[in-house]
Amino acid sequence: MYNKKVIEHFTKPKFFGKIENPDVIGKAGNPRCGDLLTLYLKIDKKTNKIKDIRFETLGCAAAIAASDMVCQLAIGKTLKQAEKITFLNVSDELGVLPPLKIHCAQLVTEALRDAINKYSPEEGR
Amino acid sequence: MKTKRKDIYFDCAATTPLDGDILQKMMPYLKDKYGNASSLHKFGREASEAIDIARQKLAIFLGCNETEIVFTGSASESDNLAIRGLIKSLRRAKRAGEKIHVITSQIEHKAVFETCKDLVKEGVKVTFLPVGFDGIVHVDDLSAEITPETDLVSIMYANNETGAIQPIKQIAKLIAGLNKNKDHKIYFHTDAVQAANWLDLNVDELRADLLTLSGHKIYGPKGVGALYIREGTPILPLTTGGDQEWKLRAGTENVAAIVGFGEAVVKIKSQKPKIKIIENLKDKLIADVLIKIEGSKLNCPQNSKNRLPNIANFSFRGVEGEALVLALDQEGIAVSTGSACTSLALVPSHVLVAMGLSDTEAHSSLRVSLGRYTTVQEVNYFLKVLPKVVERLRKISGR
Repeated sequence: MYNKKVIEHFTKPKFFGKIENPDVIGKAGNPRCGDLLTLYLKIDKKTNKIKDIRFETLGCAAAIAASDMVCQLAIGKTLKQAEKITFLNVSDELGVLPPLKIHCAQLVTEALRDAINKYSPEEGR
Repeated sequence: MKTKRKDIYFDCAATTPLDGDILQKMMPYLKDKYGNASSLHKFGREASEAIDIARQKLAIFLGCNETEIVFTGSASESDNLAIRGLIKSLRRAKRAGEKIHVITSQIEHKAVFETCKDLVKEGVKVTFLPVGFDGIVHVDDLSAEITPETDLVSIMYANNETGAIQPIKQIAKLIAGLNKNKDHKIYFHTDAVQAANWLDLNVDELRADLLTLSGHKIYGPKGVGALYIREGTPILPLTTGGDQEWKLRAGTENVAAIVGFGEAVVKIKSQKPKIKIIENLKDKLIADVLIKIEGSKLNCPQNSKNRLPNIANFSFRGVEGEALVLALDQEGIAVSTGSACTSLALVPSHVLVAMGLSDTEAHSSLRVSLGRYTTVQEVNYFLKVLPKVVERLRKISGR
């Protein structure tokens, strides 16, 4: 059902965990479908670049792998660039998710957008 | 060098391995004895005699006549034949405007549950009985729902997800009482697929009119099921076109599978002494999981008497079931889950939800089903690995 890349990101995710004092938090998911995820972001105030990003995901293997992948895609990018990451980017980078699991890729990009929308630096953007 | 670990199969409620001796008995019918049981010549006779013998074995197993057994292609097919076949027959006998009423439960296997839901669309009135937190149907609830129009009650003997044994003897007794001196009869069907390895299935003691069995849950082959139909129960075929199986199931018989099925029910008897051993292993597994893993919960009847000897069902806080199954698979352990993530609908197990579990709890469920070949070493290995896997996934979920 899952390819090697998905399994690799599920088995050994690099970006899981919490960031103490994050600059912003993004959330997505609902208990009915079983996936709940939180993204923690540290943002460079001068460059607006994502300095660090971590996830906590309660979800299936695809949700965990997609969470790890969206972090990998977002880190180092400016918020403007990160906002353009789509579920297709996440799915493609994972070597295509099974059709049933595409919503996991949608969920992680939703969480990222949620964080970006919520972010308001003290000194303006 | 790392020695290769043997995979552990703890998913015997999904299917059991095919017994080696049974395979041997099947082999001739996959090779030289390939006749069509309907043919008149020697090849045909070999096949039909083999089916007759298998039918005798099932008849002895269930304590019924050979003429009361129909071989099908699966237990799902048997459930469909029992329910739809009966309704088809009753409908033809009913007067215009008379409704069919079926009572079943919210925890049936999908072969019954979805079939009944489908029948609702065809105008059949169906009552889905609730269950308690223990996953068991209350006979009082059934009693309250029976009306003079009730035609069929279909309640499984033991649940496939939780192992909860249903009070079908009391249910059958209630129905038998109501049927006394009445023209309108209530028929009783039970899906006994999961019970077959463990509980006695004498149809007269159970007072069942219809009973479903499967080959591949009892160490026999896949692709074969059976339906017991008490003499006098009005059933019409769903598959027409041939005279096979008392004209109730057209189609050339799967001779080898039927032979294997017959051998499988015989072997159940010789395995009875092992039941206690398996039950003890499962009770140890349950006790240890609940102690070792904080935030774990048992989704089975608390009383050991009310559950099958081989099934345990848990929920683990902060862990999603599919992820848990895959992570355990990587450790060489095969188990299953009631999480939605394996289903198209993305909704969790209807059985666990009916028991009052929250969506999150149902998504975090894990079913462990042991079998005839389970060893204490396997259980110990599972108990060593599971806490680590749960802990790792909890770190990822942060819960």
